[in-house]
Amino acid sequence: MDREERNKKYNLYVSSKSPKSREWPNLLYAFLIGGLICCFGQAITDTLQIWFPAMSETELGAWTLTVIIFITCILTGIGVFDDIAKFAGAGTIVPITGFANSICSSAMEFRREGIIFGMCVKMFVVAGPVIVCGIVSSILVGVIYLIL
Amino acid sequence: MKLNRLGESTIIFRNKPKIVSRYAIVGKKEGEGPLGSYFDEIIKDDLFGQKTYEIAEREILQKAIEGAIKKGNINFADIDFMIGGDLLNQIISSSFSARHFEKPFIGLYGACSTMSESLAIGAALVDGGYAKKTICSTVSHFATAERQYRFPLELGNQRPPVSQWTVTGAGCTILGSDENSKIYIPMATFGKVTDYGIKDANNMGAAMAPAAANSIIEHFKDTKRKPEDYDLIITGDLGKLGSEILRDLMEYNGYKFTNNYCDCGQIIFARDQKTFQGGSGAGCSASVLNSFILDQMEKGIYNRILFVATGALLSTISTQQGESIPCIAHAIVIEREKEVVNVDNNSNNEYIKRKNGTSKKIKFSK
Repeated sequence: MDREERNKKYNLYVSSKSPKSREWPNLLYAFLIGGLICCFGQAITDTLQIWFPAMSETELGAWTLTVIIFITCILTGIGVFDDIAKFAGAGTIVPITGFANSICSSAMEFRREGIIFGMCVKMFVVAGPVIVCGIVSSILVGVIYLIL
Repeated sequence: MKLNRLGESTIIFRNKPKIVSRYAIVGKKEGEGPLGSYFDEIIKDDLFGQKTYEIAEREILQKAIEGAIKKGNINFADIDFMIGGDLLNQIISSSFSARHFEKPFIGLYGACSTMSESLAIGAALVDGGYAKKTICSTVSHFATAERQYRFPLELGNQRPPVSQWTVTGAGCTILGSDENSKIYIPMATFGKVTDYGIKDANNMGAAMAPAAANSIIEHFKDTKRKPEDYDLIITGDLGKLGSEILRDLMEYNGYKFTNNYCDCGQIIFARDQKTFQGGSGAGCSASVLNSFILDQMEKGIYNRILFVATGALLSTISTQQGESIPCIAHAIVIEREKEVVNVDNNSNNEYIKRKNGTSKKIKFSK
């Protein structure tokens, strides 16, 4: 048996033998926790609207995000967020909580290598691709908007 | 000159280098596992009272070495070499600890196979009369390994079910000649780097199993022995999945493992500790060997074992560049001079027997 053929066979064997992630329970948990976070966000928006009736919709959105990011960072800091996320999966990654956690956890992790070269440089080590993706897609949308 | 070698890759130590002292120290989670009572020391805090996890890791190693010296009542001046390695870049834990001991230092990198690699080299030095005593040690730490190989600790990501948990722990064995100890190392088989094309850095067990199989088969061929000749064949950190794969690979090659096989990574954690496939890391095999296994040998429950620590020789860069994972395994035979044998085989093997259930009946075939 030549090496390539052997490796191919072995990889097939391993992938059939390896346990898979349980898709349906994971989907359900993600849906439930993700949904809860969204409801919580809506609750913040509604409360803010009652307290500050003069606030515009964009302003309300910005304040809601700030509150959620703040809470996520606090939970990350006290070491609770990763336990919730282990259970929720995409439910915490997809909303802004995932983004906030990725920056906050990296900042905490690399703080010991100093403020500038540790924390500041490595802060975006996980979130970097999201930012790049956001900027690139906004450029594309801008170009399309310009043409139309 | 007479060659002290059998077959292709097994070397024989004719002067029987003895294990004169041992010490194992582990983290809190490992201490809560089923082997908790066997470890010499369990640390309560992952930071070990230090500023960073890296310093904590080297402190743990230092403590293990000091512990072994003290436990064996060893004269520090008799120690001629310090042999060791770890998982961190440029093996900083071992070399930084070595500056504390001021002994000739042989730094190794064999990833998680370091324990058997250092034992083989240490045994060769003692056997050849180059050293009165040598320190063989290794360490790993969950937090330092996570940040080097994976993600920040507090990042909310899910671990895949094939993943393993890096053991926080260190093990130190001191080898020497002409001692009262009954346990010695008669031979060792150095492994070849083996790569079966696994690219998933989470599935270390599957990547390392072929390397373990190769070294064990090579050992059997060189020594003309069979699995039944050993009271226990124990691999380093293949985990549950990896050890099932190893069983399949061995069977495919005509060697059938019975209940005398188990894996350090599989026995160090209990199922409810949520480590998926079990423990990994250099400290996994080091701490289990220097506690549970050698303890059972001292009691006479095992008289001859084959200890096969396995290592994945990857780096984060090679993984990111899409390369497959080359792996290695070194096999060490550890024997006990036979005399008083208080046979209590069954009760203690029960735990290992229970761990040996297979989950999916899929065989590796042509």
